[in-house]
Amino acid sequence: MTDQSTPETVAPTLLPEGARDPSVWHLALRNKSVLWGSILLVAIILAAVIGPFVTLDPVSLNPMNRLKPPGEAGFFGTDQLGRDVFSRVVNGARVSLIVGLAVASIAVAIGLFLGLIAGYIRIMDAFIMRIMDGLMSIPAILLAIAMISLSGATLTTVVAAIVIPEIPRVVRLVRSVVLTVREEPYVEAAISAGTPTPLIMSRHVLPNTIAPLIVQATYICGSAMLTEAILGFLGAGIPPEIPSWGNIMSEGRTFFQLTPWIIFFPGICLAVTVLAVNIVGDGLRDTLDPRIARNMR
Amino acid sequence: MLAYVLKRVLMTVPVMIVVALFVFLLLRLAPGDPAAVIAGDYATAEDVARIREQLGLSDPIIVQFFNWTWSLMQGDLGTSIFSNKPVTELILQRIEPTMLLALTTILFSIAIAVPLGTIAAFRSGSWIDRVVMLFSVGGFSVPVFVLGYILIYLFSLTLKVLPVQGYRSPFEHGLGPFLSHITLPSVTLSVIFIALIARMTRASVIEVLEEDYIRTARAKGQSEFKVLMRHALRNAAVPIVTVVGIGIALLIGGVVVTESVYNIPGLGRLVLDAVLARDYPIIQGLILFFSFIYILLNLLIDLTYTFLDPRIRY
Repeated sequence: MTDQSTPETVAPTLLPEGARDPSVWHLALRNKSVLWGSILLVAIILAAVIGPFVTLDPVSLNPMNRLKPPGEAGFFGTDQLGRDVFSRVVNGARVSLIVGLAVASIAVAIGLFLGLIAGYIRIMDAFIMRIMDGLMSIPAILLAIAMISLSGATLTTVVAAIVIPEIPRVVRLVRSVVLTVREEPYVEAAISAGTPTPLIMSRHVLPNTIAPLIVQATYICGSAMLTEAILGFLGAGIPPEIPSWGNIMSEGRTFFQLTPWIIFFPGICLAVTVLAVNIVGDGLRDTLDPRIARNMR
Repeated sequence: MLAYVLKRVLMTVPVMIVVALFVFLLLRLAPGDPAAVIAGDYATAEDVARIREQLGLSDPIIVQFFNWTWSLMQGDLGTSIFSNKPVTELILQRIEPTMLLALTTILFSIAIAVPLGTIAAFRSGSWIDRVVMLFSVGGFSVPVFVLGYILIYLFSLTLKVLPVQGYRSPFEHGLGPFLSHITLPSVTLSVIFIALIARMTRASVIEVLEEDYIRTARAKGQSEFKVLMRHALRNAAVPIVTVVGIGIALLIGGVVVTESVYNIPGLGRLVLDAVLARDYPIIQGLILFFSFIYILLNLLIDLTYTFLDPRIRY
């Protein structure tokens, strides 16, 4: 949506064979948003993977070197315990990326399963969708806070607490695709030829859900990273000893007037990472899923 | 019409039941012993037993459910573990700042986002459009609290034109102090909301602009401004209003963060204080309260469609 490399002209011919054709990725990379977003994202991932081996120890204390501004001690200065903010931020990238990836894949997997059931089995439809309606009415952050305060804060509970409010969006998406596809002539033909339901699902319905799901997964990944940081910032996220971006910013609050960079550096890193993911998502939406692209154009 | 209103009101009942059931099960199905987690690491066995009793966790689950639903229907959201006050009372004490923050944010967002989205749609593909859409992606990517600190740094610490933190009630301190304190939090909270509404306004107006009646309006010599205002925007209103309703969920999450950044003593602070004090009944009560508000607002929005668009007749 930021950048249109004429999706209308490319898209209509793409979808029928698109989901199965490997060259679709080449096509997607020809979209400028996808290309630049991916380059940015690869750079961030590399920094997160390699960085921790190169930088200083993110948890080693140095009380003599407290609250030093950027440049004077390390690239990003030091915090109130004299820890190097740069190495903490680099290490924090891992947490954000792991949470984003984990939440996106788990939410898509569960949502796909429930969405296929809701779309294909009539008696389950009303039941599942009413639960999803209810779940969507509960504010995501509050739900996450409640779940974490009940079962204790670990990486696993944080991921679970972010996954659950994301599921309804995936279920709705998959269900709507299934409802459209099952009216298609080729599915009717498959039914009348006596094809068993599981085979229709895997051969005809599932491939049609892949493109919109990939797009949705990128958006979930971005919003999950934001939610994780918010939870950390509020003091309801993963344990404070782990240097996540949210935790670094949470600790930076006390001395914000003196040392604003402790909040700004991880904040900018988080914003850039989420932006990269969202740009890739927008570009993929334009190339992979012309139906949504047309509505959102 | 009346039949539709009645049907729509009844439709909220199953949603509310699901929300209540979900919140009820959240505490009961939590892994481990939630009473022990709430009591904390240094709690004695008596503390845990007292909290379990207070949360009503010692009865059979069916009995618990009926007791819980019964008190919920009487407007009883439970009792705080620490202050021993009813959660409803605590919510009423803190509701004013949150409501005013939400209200100013919604008004400000609509006032900015609808014109932005309309212009972007009208000049679709131009640099204005690109700037608006770039702002929209950016708005979804910057975390609310980082934005809050950037604004505090710029306007309060560097330029010193607005107060850093805090809240002044317009009923006690007058409108001036209220506005100067609510401006930064409102703007902070608005950004993601503006991004959402501007995006939807743009998409919706672009679609309407392709309609036949727009061509007719132009053909009869209607000025472009009137085409936009009278023909395009009015017909694009329904999806815009819908997205405002959906965005309320986003707003509720944002309120918690914004109140924390700006130290506003509202419902968001109540949640966070409850998290720190492990006061689960407050968290649970606020989830129910906010979900109820969300469902109610979306019900009202659905019902206003008939006024916005006379073609919708039920």
